[in-house]
Amino acid sequence: MTAVATALIDGWVVTKRNLIKVKRIPDLLIFSTIQPIMFVVLFAYVFGGSIAIPGVNYREYLMAGIFTQTVAFGSGITAIGLADDLQRGIIDRFRSLPMSRAAVLLGRTTSDLLNNVFVLLIMVICGLAVGWRIHTNPAQAAVGFAVLLLFGYAISWVAAVIGLSVSSVEVAQSAGLIWMFPLTFVSNAFVASDRLPGWLQPMAEWNPISAVALTMRDSWGNAPAGLARGEGFPAHHPLLLSLLWIVGILAVFMPLAISRYRRAASR
Amino acid sequence: MTDAIVAEGLVKTYGPVRALDGIDIRVPEGTVLGLLGPNGAGKTTCVRILTTLLKPDSGRVVVDGVDVLAHPQQVRRKIGLSGQNAAIDEYLTGYENLEMIGRLYHIGKAKARTRAHELLERFELTEAANRPAKTYSGGMRRRLDLAGALIASPPIIFLDEPTTGLDPRSRLGMWDVINERVRSGSTLLLTTQYLEEADRLADSIVVVDRGRAIARGTPDMLKRQVGGERLEVTVANAGDVEVVRRVLAEVGTEPPTVDMELMKLEAPVAAGPKALMEAVRRLDNAGVEPADITTHRASLDDVFMALTGHATTQPADAVPAIAGRDAEGGRR
Repeated sequence: MTAVATALIDGWVVTKRNLIKVKRIPDLLIFSTIQPIMFVVLFAYVFGGSIAIPGVNYREYLMAGIFTQTVAFGSGITAIGLADDLQRGIIDRFRSLPMSRAAVLLGRTTSDLLNNVFVLLIMVICGLAVGWRIHTNPAQAAVGFAVLLLFGYAISWVAAVIGLSVSSVEVAQSAGLIWMFPLTFVSNAFVASDRLPGWLQPMAEWNPISAVALTMRDSWGNAPAGLARGEGFPAHHPLLLSLLWIVGILAVFMPLAISRYRRAASR
Repeated sequence: MTDAIVAEGLVKTYGPVRALDGIDIRVPEGTVLGLLGPNGAGKTTCVRILTTLLKPDSGRVVVDGVDVLAHPQQVRRKIGLSGQNAAIDEYLTGYENLEMIGRLYHIGKAKARTRAHELLERFELTEAANRPAKTYSGGMRRRLDLAGALIASPPIIFLDEPTTGLDPRSRLGMWDVINERVRSGSTLLLTTQYLEEADRLADSIVVVDRGRAIARGTPDMLKRQVGGERLEVTVANAGDVEVVRRVLAEVGTEPPTVDMELMKLEAPVAAGPKALMEAVRRLDNAGVEPADITTHRASLDDVFMALTGHATTQPADAVPAIAGRDAEGGRR
């Protein structure tokens, strides 16, 4: 068996283990459902009334931003899950087995990807209920969903590094989230980037969250011609920029997470 | 006899703390070695290095003929580890836990299933097999964790404090399991804080303190080194301690150890009854009436106390001469 095949097979064994946990703790699933529903409804009705972006129905604009934010925040599960395994000594057990060194991380990130698929489904239904619509054909629309899930998967590897670096589950819980706030708010997720102070605009435009959200808006027909979408490369090639971000994040954080895992010690 | 486990000159430091300070260990194939020591002695660090979880700062480690530092993945196929805290997944059932570990040992799906059922039966977990492990008692968790270490039938098994935290009944159960079911031909290294446990399970013992091996040998050898019988005197008032110390020094073969808190003094003696009578006579002459006076056979506790000096307020110079690396009785 090649190293890659071993990693995939072992990774699937670990994925199944994580999914069984979701099955055994239904509360986990209930709460990961409630949060996206609240996000969609609150943002649509609270911000929807006070923010206006010229040339577009704000609720349609908002949905791509909320989806991206929710998927990014969802990576917290990866950080918490790994910190928990570390604390309980389960990582030690895994590390003493002749299994692939990448399997625990592949399994974790894969089960969290599946979790994201489920959460996304709930949000789509909620979005449709509050008036969001997709105006393109299914193939075009699928591009947006695919980029979103890929992005969520890549962010999970960043969270994996965090989860394996902190000293406890509690720390993982907050460390996994703090950096999400500037990342998601200094972006075009909720407001057009031209509304931000001048010095923040370039950061917002090159932000992967903006790239992914804009890609989705384009692929769902939620970014009409009159929309202020910023300038330069990020404005004209959001899909390419999103893919570059995804590949870049994976290229840096996959090896980093695996090297952390090799040296991980239970505390 | 070839050695299944060899560790030479292991050093591991954490900042200024030397968790391991040049420890040597050899475990001949098919035997059980007990690493005996108090909390923080370096036992777990040692096991973590032997099981590929931790790299030493220096030293050589060979398990079943394979260099652990050069080929960790090869070593992992040959070992089973059951750690200090039962490393089982609480949300998985007992069966699911074992099947998963079997799959990750790459013994194949079918074999993982058969072995899981076999081990659940052997460890009396069949009834609980399909319940999530978080409903298990402490003893059941340990047995399940141990079963996980055995699922691929590895020739070498490491048990890190297998009974710490268990109630006495579960501890007896674990001892039976380890004695009867784990040992069958395997080489076993176990760490423990319990002298009785090492005496019960191990063919030979290495006493570890502050990252060093301070004594090694069979349980009997260690007992002999400390002396056959011991005379123990407890006094009611602190003023009598000096007199008793002098008397015990005269009748004993080694200077006595003194526990000021319990006001208990103890010394090895050549012949119990004779020493007892002699001590009583001398104490009576000195006008000291002890609260208690008794002889007992040296236990591993005595070995331990004498070697580490931890459980006594006696200054270091009163520790018996065997407490030196040069005076070790075991194999080198």
